[in-house]
Amino acid sequence: MTAERSAWYEAVVEEIRPLTPSVRSVRLRPSRPVSSLPGQHVDVRLTAPDGYTAVRSYSICSAPPTAAAPWIELAVERLHDGEVSPWFHDVAARGDTVELRGPATTHFVWQSERDGSTLLIGGGSGVAPFMSMARHRATLADGAVPLPRMLLLVSARAWDEVIFREELLAQERAQPGFRLVLAITRGAGDPAAPRGADYTRRIDEGVLQDVLALLEVSPGGTMTTFVCGNNGFVNAVTDTLLSLGVQSASIRTERYGE
Amino acid sequence: MMVTRGFTGRRPPPERAGRIPPGQHETFDFPVLSAGPTPKVDLASWSFLLREGPRPLRRWNWEEFNALPRTTMTVDIHCVTAWSKLGTQWEGVLVDDIFAAAGVIQPDGTLPTEWTLAHTVDGYSANVPTGDLTGGKAMVALLYDGQPLAPDHGGPARLLVPHLYFWKSAKWVNGLQFIPRDTGGFWELRGYHMRGDPWQEQRFTND
Repeated sequence: MTAERSAWYEAVVEEIRPLTPSVRSVRLRPSRPVSSLPGQHVDVRLTAPDGYTAVRSYSICSAPPTAAAPWIELAVERLHDGEVSPWFHDVAARGDTVELRGPATTHFVWQSERDGSTLLIGGGSGVAPFMSMARHRATLADGAVPLPRMLLLVSARAWDEVIFREELLAQERAQPGFRLVLAITRGAGDPAAPRGADYTRRIDEGVLQDVLALLEVSPGGTMTTFVCGNNGFVNAVTDTLLSLGVQSASIRTERYGE
Repeated sequence: MMVTRGFTGRRPPPERAGRIPPGQHETFDFPVLSAGPTPKVDLASWSFLLREGPRPLRRWNWEEFNALPRTTMTVDIHCVTAWSKLGTQWEGVLVDDIFAAAGVIQPDGTLPTEWTLAHTVDGYSANVPTGDLTGGKAMVALLYDGQPLAPDHGGPARLLVPHLYFWKSAKWVNGLQFIPRDTGGFWELRGYHMRGDPWQEQRFTND
């Protein structure tokens, strides 16, 4: 371990694209090599001309950087009373520079060899860290080692608000052992799509029973659940999981809001 | 200094700015962050244990703990995820009063060890230098804003060490343990700083 203080480093905006009406993907190219683990977050710092700074944390949604893909991608949701997210939506353009710190912490991190059958449950923009996990699993899936199953349950208000929807559907088709389940709370999804929503309601006991069955955890087998979303969503999901007999110590949460 | 093109930002009013540590911003909500599910704590079986290493020194049940001297505190709190909340109101039992009730303070004021681990009902822990818990600086909080502390915010009891980043204020606390050397707790073993002084931005391990 180095004794170096976690330092800020510059990163250049390489690409910005809309993911949903309120969420943009921001792909950043760090000025120095950066390593990350799937599920980690980075701090982003913006600086005003008088030196005033604003810092916010964002989950990384790209797979750990490689020589071929040395970037960090964030999914930035516009918050109506936000200070940093409006800059990414209204001002940021290709070529702009921001500063990053981290990633540094290791609790909400997926490790294929440790976590066993993996259940990921994301509400709204809470899907961001799971995109990194799914993409990382896809890179591992090229190898000869059998991977634990991964099931991603996503809750969104509408079909068009499922962040990374097309890529996740493609991952499901391409990645053995990776399953996507969509719960759309308003509207029935896109009737023209080859695969619509799996549920047209909030995640409830029935939905969670179904996904636990789909995950097919063998008796005594290792299972880890990651839940990410606003606090009300995480509480509702984790309370139901506990009532269904999932062990508290096997559930990792990441929350936002009060 | 690297200026971000087109960023102006939102400054706190000058009378509050001095209370917000570097890299923090003020929030008016009370965000909830935790590593796992919110535990449901049964007051009938709750107890608070003070120990030195493995040796129990004193245990209080909920009623006994609530009968300890009560103190109120109005303090600013600073979460490592960069929000600060100013002027929060708490009531609880000062750690000084817990130590006094257990009779562990020597006549010259010294305590069993320089280091303490706070333990919680769900098996998490946070290390805090004993000196950061004494001198009226820290309490086990039972009320927030005059109401019993909500489970999401650590109820029925959470440690409150407001001058350190808020993860040190362990939710669902049910014990303090004197330990012979500084040993990382749950978050400290997962990348966070051993002490966590927000005015020195001690966020991550090497800060």
